[in-house]
Amino acid sequence: MRRCSLQILLNGEAVATDARTLDELCASLGFAGARVATAVNGSFIASNKRALTPLSPEDEVEIVAPRQGG
Amino acid sequence: MFTLYGERFASRLLLGTAQYPSPATLRQAVEASSAEIVTVSLRRESARARAGQGFWELIEQLGVRVLPNTAGCRTAKEAIATAEMARELFGTPWIKLEVIANDDTLQPELFGLVEAATILAAEGFQVLPYTTEDLSVAERLVGAGCAVLMPWAAPIGSARGLINRDGLRTLRAYFPDTALIIDAGIGAPSQAAEAMELGYDAVLLNTAVAKAADPVRMAAAFARAVEAGRLGFEAGLIEPRDMATPSTPVAGTPFFKIDRVS
Repeated sequence: MRRCSLQILLNGEAVATDARTLDELCASLGFAGARVATAVNGSFIASNKRALTPLSPEDEVEIVAPRQGG
Repeated sequence: MFTLYGERFASRLLLGTAQYPSPATLRQAVEASSAEIVTVSLRRESARARAGQGFWELIEQLGVRVLPNTAGCRTAKEAIATAEMARELFGTPWIKLEVIANDDTLQPELFGLVEAATILAAEGFQVLPYTTEDLSVAERLVGAGCAVLMPWAAPIGSARGLINRDGLRTLRAYFPDTALIIDAGIGAPSQAAEAMELGYDAVLLNTAVAKAADPVRMAAAFARAVEAGRLGFEAGLIEPRDMATPSTPVAGTPFFKIDRVS
């Protein structure tokens, strides 16, 4: 049985995850190789730093992608 | 041709990519506008919908430069993090820096704008700040390293045109060597032409095209208006005057009598 050990805020919504790092979280969402950028607790995390970024309870994670803009 | 951070562009119209009725209309409008630069944003990506991935494919097909914005950011900190995400996502040091003060006017929050521009320029970004016509703020932004300023004409999406024409004239005169782009508030091609006649380097707009009854025709109309306004500026506009002056030669007027001249 899958054990979700961590409660985080992902794009403004409370979710449970068993990802230990930001990289694992992205992969678990199917974003491996996708054109996305990330921030944790308001600070940008470069894609090559995601594997080095551990997740902690209550972390606020943003995963964003290109969108229409003015 | 005009230059933005060392790059030269033939089109002086920059186009936003939001609010079009369909992706196909967006593509056709960009083509009809002749724009070489389009603005884009970044938004939260849903693992299920993955809307951003499809949008990026469309933008790549357009073959234009992208100018990512920080729309919706309320603080310098938010804008900086958004700019950093945009740089990685879009692979460009350009950032259309927006720090927004309130929902009613969507006017720039100028203190946060200067703070964010200073930090981002030091981080190597090429900042295009969405600002007002305020001279002291403009000086701060140029001092921070901004080679481009983007003053509003009117509140975003308001279609009111150049509501402080005198202020925009002064800004142009005060910064003769800084690229100045009118950003926001343009509703009609005539308003874009007016901005260009003032000597502005370019115009950036979105809603006026995207929400037109026929966005593709409106994009073409703006392309011509911007070109006409620029040509007019380069050709040298005559000064307005209060009283009439005849354009047809007076000398040789039939039935002319000297006692009629006051």
